[in-house]
Amino acid sequence: MLRHRLIPILLLKNGLLVRSESFEIHQIIGNPLYEVQRFNQWNVDELIYLDITTAGGYDLRRDDHKTKGLTSSLEILDEVSKSCFMPLTWGGRIRSIEQMHTIFSRGADKIAINTLATQSPETILEAARRFGNQAIVVSVDVKTESSGRREVYAGGGKIPTGMEPIQWCQRVEQLGAGEILLQSINRDGCGEGYDLELIQEVSESIRIPVIACSGVGRFEDYAKAIQRGASAAAAANIWHFKELSDRQGKRAMARAGIPVRI
Amino acid sequence: MKTRVGIIDYGMGNLTSVRNALLSLGVDVEVMENAKALRNVSHVILPGVGAFGDGMANLGKRGWLDSMETDIRQKGKPILGICLGLQLFAKRSFEHGCHEGLGWIAGEVVRFESADGSLRVPHVGWNDVQVVDRSRCYREGIKEDPIVYFVHSFHLVPEDPSIVDGWCEYGKRFVASLASDAVWAVQYHPEKSQKQGLKILANFLTNPFS
Repeated sequence: MLRHRLIPILLLKNGLLVRSESFEIHQIIGNPLYEVQRFNQWNVDELIYLDITTAGGYDLRRDDHKTKGLTSSLEILDEVSKSCFMPLTWGGRIRSIEQMHTIFSRGADKIAINTLATQSPETILEAARRFGNQAIVVSVDVKTESSGRREVYAGGGKIPTGMEPIQWCQRVEQLGAGEILLQSINRDGCGEGYDLELIQEVSESIRIPVIACSGVGRFEDYAKAIQRGASAAAAANIWHFKELSDRQGKRAMARAGIPVRI
Repeated sequence: MKTRVGIIDYGMGNLTSVRNALLSLGVDVEVMENAKALRNVSHVILPGVGAFGDGMANLGKRGWLDSMETDIRQKGKPILGICLGLQLFAKRSFEHGCHEGLGWIAGEVVRFESADGSLRVPHVGWNDVQVVDRSRCYREGIKEDPIVYFVHSFHLVPEDPSIVDGWCEYGKRFVASLASDAVWAVQYHPEKSQKQGLKILANFLTNPFS
């Protein structure tokens, strides 16, 4: 029986791990290389790294974190993939097919794209042909207005695309993406739970797997996303602020009747 | 010959993760850019992700097809196909048209389908293997039903099911792994399946059928 995956998302900014809120506030929480060893020991299902560094965003505080030398995220990828015997998705700041090739050749199994996909959707088709559908994850960042209107955003939550999420996800599927990483800008870092309506509507409208993300505050939140149709449950912040977050997360899913790998 | 593993580089997918997994087992590894390197290695891995047609075309372009036949298959050099590597052993595949494969395993590669269209494809994630033969991949250090990582949209249907040493279930039963003499193949990714996956790779390195 296929187990539902529980996936930590690690956010990298200027070479450091950060936690995120509303796609805007980013607080430094640690060293990415130390963390990957921890997750490997925990035997987690899969890892997603997203590099959310913005251009010119040099962070002066990084000198205190003893990660000098790891100035490029590719160097972090090299280190991570040496000890990562689990599926690894790498995303953020990918602007070309050539960059994808480099990322795969340095140890990633899948790439996640958002801005590139919204700006030139045919890149999804080209990437899926070249690297296989299963290697292409499209990250869909959704903002919901107070009126209830939803819109897909690019550029780390800064660029409105004018696109409606369901239609965009269907197009992404047709173009050959293997999975959708569904994020909610409103829920990011809030700890109030996933946007379950969004997860359900997207999951029902496509046949590729949906990885639910954004909003997890309690381990009990994971199962709700799966019950609404997501194939996998992902989260970022909770992994850094709760003890034994893999085992306890899995147990909470199992208690809710979700088949997981324990 | 001392154990030295050669990974066939034919431009399909992520060789680095296979290499890193083997290095963690403490064995010598060579990423082989061409078939000349075959004489230096005791074991061969045919990895690969991507489309079947491209895989066969690339094996041809890089001059692997003849030497795989003469220097691996005819000599009985142990080879492990992973994911697309497993599928390439088949006679043919119906991924984006119909493509001839290596033909080492009698069988065809078909897409996952369910009658009501409810199955999500690709099949991505951790699923259990029902082991039916413990003489090869699952010889040592493997749990009763090991859980391993799959990511694929197509699977191989063999003419002779007796070569299957592990089955998996997704919509219906399909081949997780098979073995015929020194030719072994797994549909899942042992290099991405944590400790159980590394054990499976270690079992291949002590392949008793070579």
